[in-house]
Amino acid sequence: MTPDLIANVVIAGLLTGLVYGLMALGLSVIFGVVRVVNFAHGEMMTIAMYAAVILFAALGFDPLLAVVPVAAAFFGFGYALQSALINPFITRPEHSQFMLLVAVALIMVNALLMIFGPDARSVQVDYQLESYAIGPILIDKARLLAAGMAVATSAALFAFFRLSLVGKAIRACADNHLGAQVVGLNVKRLYALTFGVGSACVAVAGCMMILLVDVTPVLGPAYTLLAFVIVIVGGLGSMPGALLGGVLIGVSEALAGLLIVPSAKSMFSFALLILVLLFRPQGLLGKRT
Amino acid sequence: MNNNGSNPLSSSRRRVVQAAGAAVALSTLGFPAIVRAQATRLKVGVLLPRSGFQGFIGQSCQKGADLAPSVIKEMLGVDVELMNADTETNIDVARTRAERLIQEGANVLVGPFDSGAAAAIAQVAEQRGVPFVINIAAAPQITEQGYKYVFRNFQTAIDIVRNGLVLIGDLFQATNTVPRTAVYMHVNDTFGQAMTKGIGALLPRQTQLPFKVVDTISYDPAAKDLTVEVSKAKASNADFLLLVCRLQDSIILRREMVKQRWNPMGVISPGSPGMYEEQFFKTLGKLSEYCVSNVPWYDPNAPLTKVVEKAFLKQNPKDKLVFHGLNVGFTFEAILIAADAFRRAKSTDPKVLAEAIRQTDIKSKMTLGAPIKFNAKGQVEGIGSACVQNLNLLPAVVLPAGAATAKPVFPMPGYKA
Repeated sequence: MTPDLIANVVIAGLLTGLVYGLMALGLSVIFGVVRVVNFAHGEMMTIAMYAAVILFAALGFDPLLAVVPVAAAFFGFGYALQSALINPFITRPEHSQFMLLVAVALIMVNALLMIFGPDARSVQVDYQLESYAIGPILIDKARLLAAGMAVATSAALFAFFRLSLVGKAIRACADNHLGAQVVGLNVKRLYALTFGVGSACVAVAGCMMILLVDVTPVLGPAYTLLAFVIVIVGGLGSMPGALLGGVLIGVSEALAGLLIVPSAKSMFSFALLILVLLFRPQGLLGKRT
Repeated sequence: MNNNGSNPLSSSRRRVVQAAGAAVALSTLGFPAIVRAQATRLKVGVLLPRSGFQGFIGQSCQKGADLAPSVIKEMLGVDVELMNADTETNIDVARTRAERLIQEGANVLVGPFDSGAAAAIAQVAEQRGVPFVINIAAAPQITEQGYKYVFRNFQTAIDIVRNGLVLIGDLFQATNTVPRTAVYMHVNDTFGQAMTKGIGALLPRQTQLPFKVVDTISYDPAAKDLTVEVSKAKASNADFLLLVCRLQDSIILRREMVKQRWNPMGVISPGSPGMYEEQFFKTLGKLSEYCVSNVPWYDPNAPLTKVVEKAFLKQNPKDKLVFHGLNVGFTFEAILIAADAFRRAKSTDPKVLAEAIRQTDIKSKMTLGAPIKFNAKGQVEGIGSACVQNLNLLPAVVLPAGAATAKPVFPMPGYKA
């Protein structure tokens, strides 16, 4: 177990964790404002991955470029989904919201199966197999680019919520729903915007994820679960928490695989989840209610 | 009218009706047996993983099933009706589908490619008393349970490993190479664990082999990312990679090896699917070159192979049998075994059919090795293996020399973009 090996594994885990973090960020944004847990989150990311595959196959779009049209399309989709379907369920009991979004997820998975079949698809970009060497450290180029895009998207999202008027309005809705209504904010429209922004986030994550893994229609549920683990570890509703959670999960899985046994590495993300729930149930950066 | 006032004609009519009713009842009781005895068509329930992470291989096996009815009709004059079911690479689904096929009238089950699913279906078949002919599944314990209705025309993991290790020694001899160390990577499922047990038991006894295993790394066959695993393997500084894999993970692994600039002397499977499959070549292109799989294989020169190949090309004009030979060969033979037994038994009665399968002796077959004859445990012995290397984007037999179509290349050249 040399330091080079540990460094290589930690760096790979960190880069993958950043993409996981972006995926979970969308979930956190949606829950933080709309207070709806999107149980179709992983399935939406899977659709984005397929979109990137189609754009690559049909038009030769690198997923790094496909991010723009796919994110725009998902923004519209998320906006429409929230306005038309989810909005009426906001005031209903949580189990109704759960069933609605699980049903949406099932429809998505089966639609993908019918359209694309069960076989794995991928993109074969020129740099897929390249890596940068810094001494004994090898950094996978595709993973580095994906992580870079994840960081850039997260930064843009933070800037949107901190600096733009719409972002501030959305935060006002999240902080005080009644107060936002009193001052005349169109809360329903802001909720739809937020869902659209969260969906665009997951679309970017999907376009980046296709550079790392092959897509199949049944990939969604595993990533929905992973997104939940990350968001709960980081703190539900906390955007920095989602990124931190992603990185923690990515690195802990990598180290667990290295130090203990690779076939059980995903077990450790759940172990981390249990520890957080026991000792800090609001998540690492979440606020106590 | 007679003396007691009853109508003699009514009483005789009553007796006729009663006699007719008794005749109908008797014939009804005997009807199922009559129907079974007169059955002219064999219903074969085909269970394969046509979706999930083994979907590619399951679909490849399905091609062997699809061509079987027409070929068998010509060969044996037997009508075979396929009842296809997708196990979805899920053991519970496999069990449920097997139950349903039996309820829907399948006379015999065939499949399911995967050892975990085979073990589950074997339980169902034994409980329900329906013959089950395994096409491909290597876990030895499946035919060690004392089952009466379970039959396997495929090597057990022990046989695969034994033949595979011998062929590795032959490969090193043929190429005058002496690798000293290997890192062993394997999928962590029923098949992978069975193979690992076999390697652990047999490798120390193969004293002619010059290498020892310096590290063992298991991984989830459904894993999407094998960065850590390949990093560990590379860090072992082993001469070559000994690999027990499935298809999807073999693709991910090979890509990761290139990304991490790991160029061992070779990638050799002592007997697992993946590296000879069409999807491996399609996805990886020249990255697929030189990978070696020591597996049960089909005999390209066998007369039955020519017949099957003709039918295969008719149904799959844009495909090549060489990419599907193992899957098609063993799946076709499983249905052939069932049909041959049906022809001899002239009955679909499960006990009669099972006994007929037990008496199988098929000399004209497609796969390498001894004739198809089941031992007392329902296992065929003497199935042969070949050393298959990926050369010029095709799987080519390089050993044994008698069946070889190309010379082996070892060590493999490093990958160049």
